Amino acid sequence: MLAIACIKQVPDTTQVQIDPVTNTLIRDGIPFIINPYDAHALEESLRLKDSHGFKAVALSMGPPNAEATLRKAIALGVDRAVLLSDRVFGGADTLSTSNVLSAAIKKLSESDEIGIVFCGKQTIDGDTAQVGPGIAVRLGFSQLTLVDRILAIDTEAKTIRVRRKLEGRYEIVEARLPAMITVVRELNRPRYPTVPMRLRSVNGELEVWGNSELKLDTATVGLKGSPTCVSRIFSPERTKGEILGDGMGDPIGAAHLLLDRLIGGDLLAV
Amino acid sequence: MQIVFPVILTLSLIFFAFSCYRRLSLVTMGTWTGRMDRPFQRIADTLVYAIGQKRVMKRVFGLNHVVIFWAFLVLVLANGEFLVQKMVPSLSFANLPGPLYLLLLFSFDICSLAALVAVGVAALRRAVSPPFEEARTVEAYFILSMIAVLMVAYFVMHGAEIALGSQPAGLYAPVSLMTAKILLSAGMGTHLATVAAFAWWIHAVALLSFMNFLPYSKHMHILTAIPNVFFRSIEKPNTQPREEFVPYGVFGADSVEKLSWKDLLDSFSCTECGRCQDSCPGVATGKALNPRLLVHSIKMNLLAANSRTGTAGSLIGTGEERVKEEALWNCTSCGACMEACPVFIEHLPKVVKMRRHLVEMEAKFPEELLNLFENMEQRSNPWGMAPSERSKWSANLDVMPFEQGQAEYLLFVGCAGAFDARSKQVTVALTKVLDAAGVSYGVLGKEEKCCGESVRRLGNEYLFEKMALESVQQFQSKGVQKVITQCPHCFNTLKNDFRQYGLELQVVHHSELIDDLMKQGKLKPVQSTGEERVVVHDSCYLGRHNGVFDAPREVIRQATGAAPVEFGRKGENAFCCGAGGGRMWLEEHEGTPINVNRVKEAVATNASTVCVSCPFCMTMFEDGLKAIDGTTVRVKDIAEVVAEAI
Repeated sequence: MLAIACIKQVPDTTQVQIDPVTNTLIRDGIPFIINPYDAHALEESLRLKDSHGFKAVALSMGPPNAEATLRKAIALGVDRAVLLSDRVFGGADTLSTSNVLSAAIKKLSESDEIGIVFCGKQTIDGDTAQVGPGIAVRLGFSQLTLVDRILAIDTEAKTIRVRRKLEGRYEIVEARLPAMITVVRELNRPRYPTVPMRLRSVNGELEVWGNSELKLDTATVGLKGSPTCVSRIFSPERTKGEILGDGMGDPIGAAHLLLDRLIGGDLLAV
Repeated sequence: MQIVFPVILTLSLIFFAFSCYRRLSLVTMGTWTGRMDRPFQRIADTLVYAIGQKRVMKRVFGLNHVVIFWAFLVLVLANGEFLVQKMVPSLSFANLPGPLYLLLLFSFDICSLAALVAVGVAALRRAVSPPFEEARTVEAYFILSMIAVLMVAYFVMHGAEIALGSQPAGLYAPVSLMTAKILLSAGMGTHLATVAAFAWWIHAVALLSFMNFLPYSKHMHILTAIPNVFFRSIEKPNTQPREEFVPYGVFGADSVEKLSWKDLLDSFSCTECGRCQDSCPGVATGKALNPRLLVHSIKMNLLAANSRTGTAGSLIGTGEERVKEEALWNCTSCGACMEACPVFIEHLPKVVKMRRHLVEMEAKFPEELLNLFENMEQRSNPWGMAPSERSKWSANLDVMPFEQGQAEYLLFVGCAGAFDARSKQVTVALTKVLDAAGVSYGVLGKEEKCCGESVRRLGNEYLFEKMALESVQQFQSKGVQKVITQCPHCFNTLKNDFRQYGLELQVVHHSELIDDLMKQGKLKPVQSTGEERVVVHDSCYLGRHNGVFDAPREVIRQATGAAPVEFGRKGENAFCCGAGGGRMWLEEHEGTPINVNRVKEAVATNASTVCVSCPFCMTMFEDGLKAIDGTTVRVKDIAEVVAEAI
């Protein structure tokens, strides 16, 4: 049974700045990282490999340089790593991305039964949180979003029970397998690769699938299959807030100013 | 008698040789490391430190050991004659020219007395005030009494011979002469021959037993300590060896076979004197780490390996023959243990090798380190700050980017100096000082990368290699030759670690540079801060690991007009702040905080200011002082003290 982790290579957004003139992301020289939520999705698939004998697969759609992220997944111990890379997949929004990933998962199911597809709850560059649910709907899988704990998996009865972390409450739900699960960071603590695994990952087998393998209608993938249109990206202007005192030069004075303001405005919870 | 003794002697020698071979051949289980470079320097060091006992004498009680050691050297002659003479009577000192013979007899008599007194003192010390509680072992007392028996038997034997008239009587053998008188006055006159023969046998049996017991006891050091000093690391062990990252390679050490033969010889050379543990900040604050036990565990593991047909069991884990994982993470890499060891045992390289195994082979380490490693790898700084923030400290300053030919020095700001709020103030103060002295320098700004020091000491050599290669390549392409650092960790890495990558930089710590500038008259402090009582804290990586002790003190003297106040534990015996060896990035769950221990010592000096020269020490002192109620003691970097005085 497969535990597939969908992972995306994203620019390290803490290092991305927005060009004040063109209002676009300045991506030059910005290093790429694995989307932090996806690192937890990957970790969970590896844990199921260790605990329940699942076969762990890392799946990523992206340009050829996304290979680096999949190599890291190999170093961490996945059994298969598949890169979905084709010019026609480029410029994809969440809809066409879901189409491609779903087709790839379907292709994977030809040789192995799919147990669980893990996705990060969202990416840090797009922040839509739509691709995971998009996959679940297209494949008819149970959809379990925002999972912070897997409580039980029964591979015989093909059921899973998880805890979802919602705003102000938790929800424990049970579902049938195969399931698509989006994960939050509290789910686990990602592992660190050993050096022998890292060294082996350099030459480890990495499958690259293009549209010749997936055979999708080119109107449903890439830019053509993407109805989303980004009109503008901008940093919201700060309308509230102020800097009190001189924290570097006179930290004690600044702290007094802040306390006076908080007490004066009755802003401290008692 | 004429037949029995040669047989016993031969058997003893064969058994002794066999024991030595069995034990010492275990050392060959280790990996190869070359320790024969600069042979003349090695011989000179051996004369100073082994024969001259220089480090032994650093502690008061060491003098007692010096007496025993020197007496032994002399008595080796006496005992050599003793063993041979019975079989080949012509090989006797008695056949030497008269005055020389008498001189030898005199030396043997005096040395035997000195050794007897010294073992008495040693036994008393062990009973009353042992170096550490567990030092009161049966083995220790047994060895001491064996030596005492040897000496007493020597006196009785010679005393009886003098009384018999078979040896000339006189003041050249005062103790033996006195023994002769005692024997006669005790009415032994008629049994003198029997007494002499009895004492001879006691002496012979004690000597041969002692010799054969040696290889099985901690007194193995009698045989290994001198070679151990000879094969010591001539350079201070302030760097770590590189690893070769080939597929299917083995990284770090989790068994004695993966340690070097010198690491294993170290374990046989330990005398369990306890000086390393006395100086270890881990031991002082109740951690699992104990450098003495670390070395002892390696020895026990090695001995156990023998019975398991030459294969060794895991070195990391629990039990007497394993080192606890927590203990490995407790080490601050301060090097106090290595500085204290009279026979130059190198503890730190062993710790790092075992850390390497945990990190590189098992990916097993305290959870705080996961973030550190990821931050270092992705953003080249320990906090995971955006590299674009690296130059924020100089936003309001006019600092030039480094360009070859334009600037003499690269000012390597370091991660703390660029990101840490408190240390950023130090960086600004330093630029003020440099500008005042007209120093030509530039910075790398956002392009600067972390030197990787913590990562290397934490055992992540793979990541360090990656970071080092990037930095070395950057330095080479920019033509950097002279570097100023304000962080002793950067200082040590740029100076000593990067050398392994073919980059020879002239690295100067800011305290050294400021000292130079003052001596050249380029910096003239106004010494208005005379009110301050400044105590100097030696950073481990500046002081102990790199021998810079005087510069900070001289700078303080110039800047404040008064010599600095000193800690009790200062210079090469300085006590670590607790942040070295990557511990800066680890929580301190066990025992009491190391920094609080040091801060309390600082407060007790009645100083108003603690002067540090390291951003890690700065953080540890700032944090530590918060734990002391009502203290007004402040922490300043040496650059800040100077900046205020110009």
